[in-house]
Amino acid sequence: MLPGKVGTDAYLSPVLDIDGVSVDRLMRDFGSPLFVFSEQKIHSNIQSAKRAFSTRYPKVQFAWSYKTNYLDGVCKIFHEEGSWAEVVSGFELEKALQNGVDGSHILFNGPSKTKEDLQKAVRLGVYIHIDNLDELYLLSEVADEESERPKVAVRVNLDAGLSQQWDRFGFNYENGQAWDTLSKIVEMGKLDLKGIHCHIGTFILSTKAYAVAAEKMARLALEVFQKLRVRLEYIDLGGGFASHNTLKASYLGGPDVAPSFDDYAEAVASAIYKVPFKTSELPMLILETGRALIDDAGYLLSTVLSNKRSATGRRYTVIDAGVNLLFTSFWYDHKISPAQPYSKYFEDVTLFGPLCMNIDMIREFVCLPLLNRGDHLVIHNVGAYNVTQWMQFITLRPNVIMVKRDGDCSILHEAETLSDIKRKECL
Amino acid sequence: MSKPFYTIAVTGLNAVDNPGPGVPVIRSLKEARSFDCRIVGFCYEMLEPGAYMKDLVDVCYQVPYPSAGTELLLARLKQIQEKEHIDVVIPNFDAELFSYVKLRSELLNMGIHLFLPSYEQFEARQKYNLADFCSSCGMNVPRSYNCISPEAFFKEGWKFPVVLKGKYYEAYIVSDKEQFLSVFSRIVATWGGPAIVQEFIEGSEFNLIGCCDVEGQLLAAVPMRKQYITEKGKAWAGVTIKDGHIMDLAQKFVAGGKWCGAFELELIKAKDGRLYLLEVNPRIPAWVYLSTAAGVNIPEMLVNCSMGNPVAPLLDYEVGKMFIRYSWDMVVDQSEFAEFSVTGEKHNR
Amino acid sequence: MKMNDNIAISQSGYVFNPQTGESFSLNPTAIEVIKLLQEGKSRDEIAVEMTSRYDISISSFLCDLDDFLHLLQQYDMMANE
Repeated sequence: MLPGKVGTDAYLSPVLDIDGVSVDRLMRDFGSPLFVFSEQKIHSNIQSAKRAFSTRYPKVQFAWSYKTNYLDGVCKIFHEEGSWAEVVSGFELEKALQNGVDGSHILFNGPSKTKEDLQKAVRLGVYIHIDNLDELYLLSEVADEESERPKVAVRVNLDAGLSQQWDRFGFNYENGQAWDTLSKIVEMGKLDLKGIHCHIGTFILSTKAYAVAAEKMARLALEVFQKLRVRLEYIDLGGGFASHNTLKASYLGGPDVAPSFDDYAEAVASAIYKVPFKTSELPMLILETGRALIDDAGYLLSTVLSNKRSATGRRYTVIDAGVNLLFTSFWYDHKISPAQPYSKYFEDVTLFGPLCMNIDMIREFVCLPLLNRGDHLVIHNVGAYNVTQWMQFITLRPNVIMVKRDGDCSILHEAETLSDIKRKECL
Repeated sequence: MSKPFYTIAVTGLNAVDNPGPGVPVIRSLKEARSFDCRIVGFCYEMLEPGAYMKDLVDVCYQVPYPSAGTELLLARLKQIQEKEHIDVVIPNFDAELFSYVKLRSELLNMGIHLFLPSYEQFEARQKYNLADFCSSCGMNVPRSYNCISPEAFFKEGWKFPVVLKGKYYEAYIVSDKEQFLSVFSRIVATWGGPAIVQEFIEGSEFNLIGCCDVEGQLLAAVPMRKQYITEKGKAWAGVTIKDGHIMDLAQKFVAGGKWCGAFELELIKAKDGRLYLLEVNPRIPAWVYLSTAAGVNIPEMLVNCSMGNPVAPLLDYEVGKMFIRYSWDMVVDQSEFAEFSVTGEKHNR
Repeated sequence: MKMNDNIAISQSGYVFNPQTGESFSLNPTAIEVIKLLQEGKSRDEIAVEMTSRYDISISSFLCDLDDFLHLLQQYDMMANE
């Protein structure tokens, strides 16, 4: 007999409030289901990430990953805290500009930039991260037509020792593609080469992989200086830091296996220091971490709709938040807390969403107290990707609110109405 | 001078074909000369036999599985500590060590002492890091490969049979690709990735139980030759031996790893006489009572180390002591099981 | 509606079905319901009795009661009538 995968939450307390505002009140005022973000938590997350890196490395710049969560109210907090914007489409670029971010504080990643996107980016002084050669030649055409010189970085993919190597984006380091592209850019003479960028993957639990990537990138930057005589302004290590969610395949829980910002920072900084830069010539380190900064600042509040028994007698509980809102439940076992006091009697439950779709399951196995229709639940660590990847499907999308540091609540994104949907229909 | 009295909590009271070390640890603690003790059992399941051994275990509590997270474990330990005033916990499962290492300072604040390796030591000897760790200490280890994708592994051109191991538990000898695929998918589903592939080495199997103090000094080392091995590779009978090479290897391990606490080395002596380290278990093995019977009471040492009492090295032991394992059907009244399963507590006295 | 005669229930709510060898644990409300069942009370009588003891509406109690009775049936604890 070995310890199995099922646990019991009977020793934990219910979650009655979010930053001091009662869950019942939030749901009464703003409806159910309801996304809630904690302003306090977002500030403290970005502050501790900044502290972890800037106490170890002299020049650090965070850039908020728009695709992780591009609600303006969320982005603006990161910009207030000094983060630049990291965008991956013309739409996100426009959103960052409308949030008041200066073009020279925007990093433009992604494999799908159009000619119009590039023209706009060049005019505004945005850093363009080149993904492929077609894009490089397109940008060279744009450079001929524009008066400003484009500022560019080369996206690099590399072997960081991970089981799954991401090689879909950018140019490979080990086989020399990245070096060829860098040489080509310098030879062309039309673009200002400012940096190199890589992103080794997503939800990376190994700090060692970051150390490998950081060292390879730093060596590449030094080589660019020594052989091509270009001093790069920055090394961008992308994102991918894990949040406290629990991946479905993981034996131990997310909070126990996710490295802290200090762990990641220690690995990255000490790897860069292995490369013999003069201190005054160290490149700026850019980080585009999204998930680890926002996941635990977001909650999804939900209400029990019904209970039933499966063919084998298992308890099924249906709640009003489904996979249409909680895309991430496909790969995480989200932590779930009851939002009212409960008895010590628990039962294994399968938790379903409200959609008339078999795949709409939030947790296959979770041990919960017996819940009645109308009881409330808090789903944790939902801040990343859900309010960007949610879909309008079968039901309408709910309110998204923020609990401010002063205890006030404000709506970040209003609940959809039928007329919102119908307005786009033409016949 | 009167002996101190400790309340000691022990996990791993299970005893199926791969038995937990809990019961033999308790047997050793009951025979300790330097203290008297009361035993609290921590169980994951209601049917762990140790919970029903009234002569050995005073009270048992159900605790949450390691996979439920340290937050939950801490909450449960706080509840238990209010009633039991535990001085020392001896965790006996690999999978739970991580949680206890992580909670070390919180538990100390509650008055609970642990004697465990640091997180770095614990990680270094993980199966997937073992090859690096051993080569850094100058020990032989079978060629090994951390496998995420069987296809990628097959391209490496290894010869079958190989040994395929789960991240935390389980090891199988697999003799072809088909068997590899089925074992691989099962153990990765259970324990997460990677699975570890090791070169299969034929030879005689030895195990060594040891203990280091907080400075990394070797306090005890007792080697045993496996005499009867079950299908799962567990020793069902064994004998203490004296072998200079094995002791050298134990010293190398200790010098390289700066270990703290109890450990088990799994060794194999190949036909050419070379000694290989197969695995390091960061805990007491189930055959620990053999070592106690041979004159070296490692659980007692561990408790004294936990409590900060001075412990002198004891490297002599009786050679040629044997253990022969036996399973025993206890008969209990169902009401005992009922009490445990309804309340999560079982009071034996 | 009748429970099997040989079902044993302890004070603490441990239920043992000697016919199947299965065991379950019950919460205090379920113990009360089982005792009423063993006294031979019908579904409706149980509902009346329990709603007089506790502050709960008949309709929401019946919902839980029916769920529980189904489970008893599923686990072979009800006598065939």
